[in-house]
Amino acid sequence: MYELTTTRTNPQIDPSLHIWGWEIPVYLFLGGLVAGIMIISGYFIFKGRYKHSYFSCFYLPHISLVLLSAGMFALFLDLEHKLYVWRLYTTFQIASPMSWGSWILILVYPTLLATTLTRVPPAFQNRIRIFDRMSAFITRRPMLVKNIGVLSMIVGAILGMYTGVLLSALGARPLWNSSILWVLFLTSGLSSAAAFVHMITDDVYERELLAKADNGFLIFELFLFAQFIIGLLSSTQAHQAAAHLLLSGPYAAVFWVFVIGTGIIIPLIIQLLAVNHKVQHTPVAPIMVVAGGLILRFVIVYAGQYSHWTTAGM
Amino acid sequence: MARFGMVIDTTKCVGCMDCVVACKTENNVPEGYNRDWIVQAVNGTFPTLTMEIRSERCNHCDNPPCVSCCPTGASHVHDVGKVVLVTKEECIGCKACIASCPYDARFIHPEGYADKCTFCIHRVEKGLDPACVSVCPTHCMYFGDLDDPNSQVSKLLASRKHHSLLPEAGTQPRIFYLT
Repeated sequence: MYELTTTRTNPQIDPSLHIWGWEIPVYLFLGGLVAGIMIISGYFIFKGRYKHSYFSCFYLPHISLVLLSAGMFALFLDLEHKLYVWRLYTTFQIASPMSWGSWILILVYPTLLATTLTRVPPAFQNRIRIFDRMSAFITRRPMLVKNIGVLSMIVGAILGMYTGVLLSALGARPLWNSSILWVLFLTSGLSSAAAFVHMITDDVYERELLAKADNGFLIFELFLFAQFIIGLLSSTQAHQAAAHLLLSGPYAAVFWVFVIGTGIIIPLIIQLLAVNHKVQHTPVAPIMVVAGGLILRFVIVYAGQYSHWTTAGM
Repeated sequence: MARFGMVIDTTKCVGCMDCVVACKTENNVPEGYNRDWIVQAVNGTFPTLTMEIRSERCNHCDNPPCVSCCPTGASHVHDVGKVVLVTKEECIGCKACIASCPYDARFIHPEGYADKCTFCIHRVEKGLDPACVSVCPTHCMYFGDLDDPNSQVSKLLASRKHHSLLPEAGTQPRIFYLT
């Protein structure tokens, strides 16, 4: 037996760490979703689909701007010293993932604006003249459009990776201390974005393509979860205890039912049937995928805070 | 340049919490919060048990993850004694430093910034010991320069069996417990 009795009673620290509430999982989810949307819209732009009469990328950058701003507002709500938020942009701390993240977000907004201008949707045309002129300038140059598509994919990938690196850099929390986390969050963001576009698009080609892509992302995500868990189980006692929080501990029910079950396996089966034309495409599977992505962030952030070096025994 | 550290003799500590009260008084630590605290660690299988009572606080690590993860530079290593400090005017309260600390030594001050033990740097710069060290009734706490081989802390570490907390976390803590 190794038993610790402490007189420390710091709020949010004792009896177990809980410094991050709903704001951080929501921020990480929306960041991942926007990252995925940027990669998908960037790919569509690169492939020249912006020339078609309808394509979902008309609206994706606009939706992304709203979603990303909502995510950043959630992050802002989490700050305890809100009036000092501008301090993030007075320095660049090379070893701090959060500093990297705040500067990456500065890159994301102009990239989204550039993708928005690739083709202004009919509802926005002839409203703001400078946007129409910039849009005409861009669309006259096919190579520039392709480069905007590539830029969108690159910046989206960096944003998606960052959402995982933010947590995995915190070595004091064994559950987060995994080199798989960034690719897991990036894939989950791509999967959620594919499901989101699948849900909102009216175009049959895009719906079929994204349902197929999402099936690939979901299968890869299952593989990554296996790698993530195996990596923890083959590491130190603290990491093994962290893995058991998800496998059989207090977060197991939510993890197995909502992240793996209704978040990946059931929508994967429905979408496999849909792309093979056995059942109709409905919003049910994409909604389950998006909800699963959100719940994944909640489970990882909450269970990660619960995981600790000393709880594993000494 | 000095590298301040602390040595605590667990064979003398009785867990009286004088160090806790002295810290709260000296540093105006808000009610309900602690910069230092007492831990009672019981180890073994009954009836073969060992107990260690120790006073814990920020370990002022040589490799402090709280400093490297801070996005604004508010958490920093001070020039004097390489003490880890927080500039409250630069802290945005993101709590990354709290999540990065394997000792859970930090907390959010009610005014919104990350707070923790400072080794009473305001006293140390005047040549005094930290408040917790100066009040200990059993004289179980020692403070000094770990890089000076003639300092009391260095001599104790050279002559006595000791351990630090969670060395496996790789933070290289500078608080040592004599056993």
